[in-house]
Amino acid sequence: MSTPTETPLIRATALTRRDPVRDLLLLRPTTFSLSGGQRAVVTGPSGSGKSVFLRALALLDPADDGVIQWRGKTISRAGIPGYRRRVAYISQRPAMLDGSVEDNLRYPFSLKVYRDVRFDRERVVILARRAGRQADFLDKRASELSGGEAQIAALIRVLQVDPDVLLLDEPTASLDPASALEIEALVGAWFDDRRGERASIWVSHDPAQALRVGERQLVMTAGTLS
Amino acid sequence: MIGYQNLSLLDIAIAAALIVVNGVLSVALKLDLERKLVWASVRTVVQLLAIGYVLGWVFQFSRWYVVLPLMALMTLIAGLSASNRGRRTYLGQRVDSVVSIWVSSWLVAAVGLFVVIRIHPWYEPQYAIPILGMILGNTLTGVSLGIERMTEELTAGRGAVEMSLALGATRWEAAQGPARQAVRAGMIPTLNQMTVVGLVSLPGMMTGQVLAGQSPLQAVRYQIVIMFFIAASSALGTVGAVLLTYRRLFSPEHRFMASKLVEREKPKRG
Repeated sequence: MSTPTETPLIRATALTRRDPVRDLLLLRPTTFSLSGGQRAVVTGPSGSGKSVFLRALALLDPADDGVIQWRGKTISRAGIPGYRRRVAYISQRPAMLDGSVEDNLRYPFSLKVYRDVRFDRERVVILARRAGRQADFLDKRASELSGGEAQIAALIRVLQVDPDVLLLDEPTASLDPASALEIEALVGAWFDDRRGERASIWVSHDPAQALRVGERQLVMTAGTLS
Repeated sequence: MIGYQNLSLLDIAIAAALIVVNGVLSVALKLDLERKLVWASVRTVVQLLAIGYVLGWVFQFSRWYVVLPLMALMTLIAGLSASNRGRRTYLGQRVDSVVSIWVSSWLVAAVGLFVVIRIHPWYEPQYAIPILGMILGNTLTGVSLGIERMTEELTAGRGAVEMSLALGATRWEAAQGPARQAVRAGMIPTLNQMTVVGLVSLPGMMTGQVLAGQSPLQAVRYQIVIMFFIAASSALGTVGAVLLTYRRLFSPEHRFMASKLVEREKPKRG
């Protein structure tokens, strides 16, 4: 069950990112691969390029150089939404749409790339319970959520559609310790559901958390990943 | 024509003296608008006298090669002034606003001149120029409001746009919310105008025709036709401008290029 696959899930080769305004390297040519079963953690000073790296992997910012492959294949333009479905990016500040938590959780199913799946309320309630929330959590107004609750909702929104890879960009940086642990528990349960097949990269600036959420410890310093 | 009163330069001077009312208010309430008032008054007089002479000349030489360049110049000016609004801009905004105003207003004006009013020749300046002018004036408002709203929505809603893209939304799926808001914002002034026309406001063209001795019933017919030209053109122009803005700010790789949106050096008004 937990045999590591031959080809990595994500392989980035010489991935480079330059500041478009000032002529500055944000990410030095970085070669990196992530296989099923791996949980990587990236730490490093703020502004060192951790977020740049993660956003580049999510294809949210254009790379100036380098190639990203998904399961050994390059990603075509048309394949980008599909790739992002498999490789979910979670930002530090969760964006909630107007309406209830349930409206937010239903949103992905309005997108073309999720045409083959349907919203499953029971599934979502189970996920909410894992984060210590009851079913009435779904009825809350998104605008009235605390920071921690919003991040939990954002995470459930992603986890309900079973991504293979999570790119977590300091998801707990602005949360209280209790909420941070709830987020960690949610991600941990997702990873354990199909241990060996799933993988994550967690950007954190909390050394204790870094040890909790991954085994493969990486450091980003001035655009260099080591 | 019966009872048509020509205005002398003295009459104009007396009317212009009414600006003193604004001047007194500005001084009394310390609005600090005196210089602006003078400048605005001078511009009103000079611009209108100038266009009066130009039109007088164009009407004499009723030739397509005179009328067409004038129409093009009017369109260009409308496009450029539409692009001067809003706190944020992007590279190519001018081109987008000129293109969307040009295509929409000329399309509607063509329908108007060839199909609805059916004048011969089509470039008869007495019709072609004021009709295009009225269409342009309103399309300009729609286009500039549309682009302004689009850039504002995308700036304020950047988090939501990126969240959608990160979930796997296509660029259009991510942009359609802001785009819809922007199109609404651009179309609403025209709709408002259409609901109060005749009750609150008597449009300038209709008033002019009545003053010139035209029967109110005919004048009203013209006005109805014009209102629909305006509505069609400003809707088309707004949608076009918003779509062009969308294409500039979202790449085919389904990315939102937020760095292309920049704040203007100096906020311009009007």
